[in-house]
Amino acid sequence: MDAILLQILNGLDKGSAYALIALGLTLIFGTLGVVNFAHGALFMIGAFCAVTFSKLLNLSHTIVDDSRKDFLGNPMKIDVPYLHEFFGQAAGDVIIDWAVPLSILFAIPVMIGIGFAMERGLIKHFYKRPHADQILVTFGLAIVMAELIKYFYGANPIPTPAPAAFAGSFDFGALIGADPNTIIYPYWRLVYFCFAAVIIGAVFAFLQFTTFGMVVRAGMADRETVGLLGINIDKRFTVMFGIAAAVAGVAGVMYAPINSPNYNMGMDFLVLSFVVVVVGGMGSLPGAVLAGFLLGILESFASMAVVLEFIPGINQIIIYLVAIIILLTRPRGLMGRKGVMEE
Amino acid sequence: MSFSNLTRRGLIKTGAVAGAGLALPTYLSAAAHSGFTNAPQGDTVTLGFNVPQSGPYADEGADELRAFELAVEHLNGMGDGGMLQTFSSKALDGTGIMGKKVQFVTGDTQTKSDAARASAKSMIEKDGAVMISGGSSSGVAVAVQALCQEAGVIFMAGLTHSNDTTGKDKRANGFRHFFNSYMSGAALAPVLAKAYGADRKAYHLTADYNWGYTTEEAVRSSTEALGWETVNAVKTPLTQTDFSAYIAPVLQSGADVLVLNHYGGNMVNSLTNAVQFGLRDKMVNGKQFEIVVPLYSELMARGAGANIKGILGSQNWDWKLEDQLGARYSGTNAFVQSFGTKYGFPPSQAAHTCYVQTLLYADAVTRAGSFNPCAVVEALQGFEFDGMGNGPTLYRADDHQCFKDVVVVKGKENPENEFDLVEIVEVTPADQVTYAPDHQQFAGGSLGTCNPGA
Repeated sequence: MDAILLQILNGLDKGSAYALIALGLTLIFGTLGVVNFAHGALFMIGAFCAVTFSKLLNLSHTIVDDSRKDFLGNPMKIDVPYLHEFFGQAAGDVIIDWAVPLSILFAIPVMIGIGFAMERGLIKHFYKRPHADQILVTFGLAIVMAELIKYFYGANPIPTPAPAAFAGSFDFGALIGADPNTIIYPYWRLVYFCFAAVIIGAVFAFLQFTTFGMVVRAGMADRETVGLLGINIDKRFTVMFGIAAAVAGVAGVMYAPINSPNYNMGMDFLVLSFVVVVVGGMGSLPGAVLAGFLLGILESFASMAVVLEFIPGINQIIIYLVAIIILLTRPRGLMGRKGVMEE
Repeated sequence: MSFSNLTRRGLIKTGAVAGAGLALPTYLSAAAHSGFTNAPQGDTVTLGFNVPQSGPYADEGADELRAFELAVEHLNGMGDGGMLQTFSSKALDGTGIMGKKVQFVTGDTQTKSDAARASAKSMIEKDGAVMISGGSSSGVAVAVQALCQEAGVIFMAGLTHSNDTTGKDKRANGFRHFFNSYMSGAALAPVLAKAYGADRKAYHLTADYNWGYTTEEAVRSSTEALGWETVNAVKTPLTQTDFSAYIAPVLQSGADVLVLNHYGGNMVNSLTNAVQFGLRDKMVNGKQFEIVVPLYSELMARGAGANIKGILGSQNWDWKLEDQLGARYSGTNAFVQSFGTKYGFPPSQAAHTCYVQTLLYADAVTRAGSFNPCAVVEALQGFEFDGMGNGPTLYRADDHQCFKDVVVVKGKENPENEFDLVEIVEVTPADQVTYAPDHQQFAGGSLGTCNPGA
């Protein structure tokens, strides 16, 4: 029982990341009809927004300490962050410590800008092209973005820790009367899950309760009719692309402390997120969220030692196995709508 | 049937053409190869450095290339000479190799065996490389070593730690200076027993490929011999980035030590996840929970950040060795000085092993008086040397593995700068990490005979 609870908890944070990426993917597909293979790269760039912001907060000037020597025997150069000078050492350290959550403020405008640039600069030229062309161009874009990040930040992961206040883990076991230390869950992953829930709720509320959202939903249902009513739906869809990019970006920012960002992390999530979208139903927002959490939890269960002993290697294929079963038995996905991706 | 068309003149013509045709291959091979593959022509010799320039180990590859470049500079008499000043063999004099100026070509392994073989093949066939070195993965090293054996050139392995490179996959044309999984286990186990006690329950997470298996086997057998119990060992996919599903059950297993047989990004992520789960703050079986990483690198330590603090592991070499442990490790400071002055930061162990391998090859050629791979093999087999930063070292003839001291390190609690991430805990003498050539962890392979190619 403890092990089951533990794996459900584990699946939640991974599912949160899948759900957030898949939400953006399906949002873009539902509005613009574009299959965006660069969406994983947007998640990765979000994580690097956290890295960049952290570096900005750590901008320093160098002082030379003659009493200490560096590895070559020269006087030691010590970097002193400007923040220490502006706010004092204690306050400066607190700001640096909270770099990841603060990076959200930095990431949102950056990601919306990147989203706009992508959509206006490249993707809009592929609206009327076959899905295969869209996949090729966006996949190429993803590779370019990953290589650019590698050029500037290197190939190795860059540690981007969560604030010290969230270090350690919460003992659920002690809370529900089980043995201590049997069901533990890192605080930051709890934060990530709550954050994902808030973002998903906010996107749904935006689409459900605002006039802008209503027009977008109408456009998703029947783009032509909305256009005939004199509404510039393309402009709104461009905004939605920016929002989808921002959702992927902030998902990446908050994920940075879970796995140190590296240039390839977008690719790791991309394929799985596409499976999530397909399982949830192309174009279905609730489907993407549901499938994200479902597959995250299933993947966690498949990684249990007892399961692996019984079916070796199941952890590597479980998601694809589920996708095959869903596509065979329910080709539209769990919550897919009729007519989407169908002739 | 009639032979009426056969004339004397026709017979002579046909015979001459057939004879010339048969003789041509011998003529070509003799002219182009002088008896072995890529015999250097003119006043230069070309070495091939095959390192990951893209992919997840690109940073290790970049550091290896820096070291190769420095080695070539020193061989050609430029710079301060680096370890040429401290190397026990005095055959090299800064005039290249046997008077031929050293030049090099580079290839990108992409940390993929097929790409690594393709780039090595290109360097041998198109660029005329007479020796191939480099690599940051055992899979790549084993693949390229086999290719070099077939092609008839020498392979001086770079960063490869799997037992198999000089075990079941060893080749006569291949040589490894870097240490291996067995040595890590043998060096670490006594330190672990001393630091954490002999009554421990270990849980292994192991990268699901060749290097992971040999490292797990080596650490398990060494720690079990000292009284530790292995409660579970779980294989993790090489592509895994989030290890939470593997780490969460560790505490439930009753284990009080987690051994991460992971390298590179795998290790950075698994260690980060384990620390996030608060494993190191837990008390299990009345003892403090501990994490062990058998193979360390400075670049990995940098990736893991503060999570590496207090974690025990092993290294082939460390740039602080001579400063902290004295003249036994001479050569270390000379190399650090050369590398640090040129590039502005201390070298990694990947850089060190590649630099040393290049010098060892050049020295072997000079002592043998020939670039012929079989002469080089003979010069390296059983070669004892010193002054290359690791203390007295032997290139064992039986398996072409170097035997030298192994460094046990720990993540530093209060690093002074980004290069000062690990501290040396102990150096395990070479005799404690030496094993018989037919040890069961290395069984199943044979060196075969050297292949000069051509």
